[in-house]
Amino acid sequence: MRARLPTVALILYIVFLMLPIYWLVAMSFKTTNEILGGFTLFPQVWTLENYLTILTDPTWYWGYINSIIYVTLNTVLAIAVALPAAYAFSRYRFLGDKHLFFWLLTNRMAPPAVFALPFFQLYSAIGLFDTHIAVALAHCLFNIPLAVWILEGFMSGVPKELDETAYVDGYSFPHFFTRIFLPNISSGVGVAAFFCFMFSWVEMLLAKTLTAVEAKPIVATMTRTASTAGYDLGLLAAAGVLTIIPGAIVIYFVRNYIARGFALGRV
Amino acid sequence: MSGKTDNQRAWFLVLPVVLLVAFNALVPLMTVVNYSVQETFGNNIFFWHGVGWFQDLLRSERFHAALGRQLLFTFTILLIEVPLGVAIALCMPKKGIWVSVCLVLMALPLLVPWNVVGAMWNIFALPDIGLLGWSLNTLGFEYNMTQQPLSAWITLVVMDVWHWTSLVALLAYAGLIAIPEAYYQAAKIDGAKAWAVFRYIQLPKLGRVLTIALLLRFMDSFMIYTEPFVLTGGGPGNATTLLSIDLVKIALGQFDLGPAAAMSIIYFLITLAICWVFYTLMTRNEAR
Repeated sequence: MRARLPTVALILYIVFLMLPIYWLVAMSFKTTNEILGGFTLFPQVWTLENYLTILTDPTWYWGYINSIIYVTLNTVLAIAVALPAAYAFSRYRFLGDKHLFFWLLTNRMAPPAVFALPFFQLYSAIGLFDTHIAVALAHCLFNIPLAVWILEGFMSGVPKELDETAYVDGYSFPHFFTRIFLPNISSGVGVAAFFCFMFSWVEMLLAKTLTAVEAKPIVATMTRTASTAGYDLGLLAAAGVLTIIPGAIVIYFVRNYIARGFALGRV
Repeated sequence: MSGKTDNQRAWFLVLPVVLLVAFNALVPLMTVVNYSVQETFGNNIFFWHGVGWFQDLLRSERFHAALGRQLLFTFTILLIEVPLGVAIALCMPKKGIWVSVCLVLMALPLLVPWNVVGAMWNIFALPDIGLLGWSLNTLGFEYNMTQQPLSAWITLVVMDVWHWTSLVALLAYAGLIAIPEAYYQAAKIDGAKAWAVFRYIQLPKLGRVLTIALLLRFMDSFMIYTEPFVLTGGGPGNATTLLSIDLVKIALGQFDLGPAAAMSIIYFLITLAICWVFYTLMTRNEAR
C-alpha cells in the first residue's frame, strides 16, 4: 500500500494536467449550436468543420506559416551567436565577464510589456515593422541570454583537457570547435534549440505588437477572432489544438534531455 | 571557476551576442527613459517634466493596488508550485518506460502558447458550458469567473499551477536522479525513515536546482501578461489587473507615454533587484 500512494498521486496530477486539454479537444469537434446549446461531456455530433475552416482560410493557415518562419529564424540566429559566446564564458576570464553575464540575464528578466511600445517604434523606424525578421530579432532579447546560459552549463561539463589536447595536436580553433567540440555538446545544442523554439513559439505580446498583416502570427490571429468575429468557441478551440501539436512533437524528441535543459545544463 | 585562462580576445567571441542584445535592449530602454522624464500633448512635441511622473506614480493608489495584486499572485503561486513540484518529482518512477511517458505528458503544458493557455482555461471554466465551471456549479458551489473576484483569482492561480508546476517538478526530478545511489544505501544502513532521507539527503542536494526553479518562476510570474489578459482581461472590475496588464492598458490603451514609461522603469527595477538577490545566492552556492 505504501508503494502505491506516490503512483496514485502522480496519476491524479497527470489527469489534472490533461483535463483542460481534453476539454479543448472535445470543444474543437463540436458544432457551434451544440457548444452554445448547453453542457455536453462528449461531442454529440462529431464535426471537422472547425478544422476545415482553418485549413482552407488563408488568414488562418498563414498564421501558422508565419509563426513557424519567425520561430525558426529566431532559433537559428540565437544558437549561432550564442555558441561562441558560451564558449568564451565557459573557458576564458576576460575584462567584465561576470558583469556581462549578469547583464545578459537581466534581459531575460525584462517584462515584455515594458518593451512593447519602444519595440514598435524602433522596428517601425528602421522599416522592419510587420516582417518575420522583426519578430525573430525581438525574441532574441530573451532567447539569446537563455541559450548562452544553457550552452555555458553544458560546455562547462566538458573537461578542459579536450581543448588543450586538440591544440597540442595542431587543430585550429574553428576546426576544433566544429569537428570536435560541437559533437561533444550536441545534446546541449539540441536542448538550447528546443528552449529557443519553445519560448519564441509561446510568446504573444511582442509578436502581436510587431506585426500587422504580412507576418501576423497564429497567436495574434486567434485573439483577433476571439474579439471581433463574435464568440466562435469551436473555431478558437480547433486553432488552439493545432498550436499544441508542434510542441508535442518537439517534446518527444528531447524528452530525455528536457529535465537537464530546464536545470540549464547544471545538473 | 578555477580552470579558466585569462584571454581578452574572448571579447571577439561574445561580440555578436552583445551587439544583438544591446540593439534590442538598450535602444528601447533609452526610449523608455526618455519618455519617463517628458510630457507631451501629441504631435511629437515634448516638454521636460523631470521626475514628476515618478512622484505621481509612487503616490498613485492604482499603482500600489496593481503592485499589491502582483506580489500576492507571485507569492501564492510560488508557495503552491515549489512544494507541489518537489512532491511530484518524488512520486515519479526512477526508470522504465513510464519515465518517458511521464516526462512527455508533464512537459506538454509548457509548450502551449500562452494565449492558448488563457483561452483553454476560459473555455474550461465557463460557468454554464465549461467542464470546470459546470461541475462546480452542479456540485453546489457559487462559481462565476466573470463576475466574482474570488472565483477569478482562484481560476488564475489554478491555471498558473497547471501551466508551470511541471517546470519545478522536472527540475527537481533532474536533481533527484543525479543523487548517487550510495547515499541511499548509507541511509538504509543507518535505518533512516523516508522523511529523514528527504530532509537530510534529498533536500540539500536539491538546493541548486530549486534556486533555479525559484528564479525562473519568480521572473516569469512577475512578468505574466498574456494568460490573465486572455482569461479575465484583468476583471471583474480590476480584481485581476496585474502589473503588466495595467502597464499595457496605460501604454497602448490610453497612450499615456510618460506615466507608462515611468511605471516601466520602476517595474523593471523591482524585478532586477529581486532577481539580483536570487542570482547572488545561486552563484555563491556554485562557488562553494
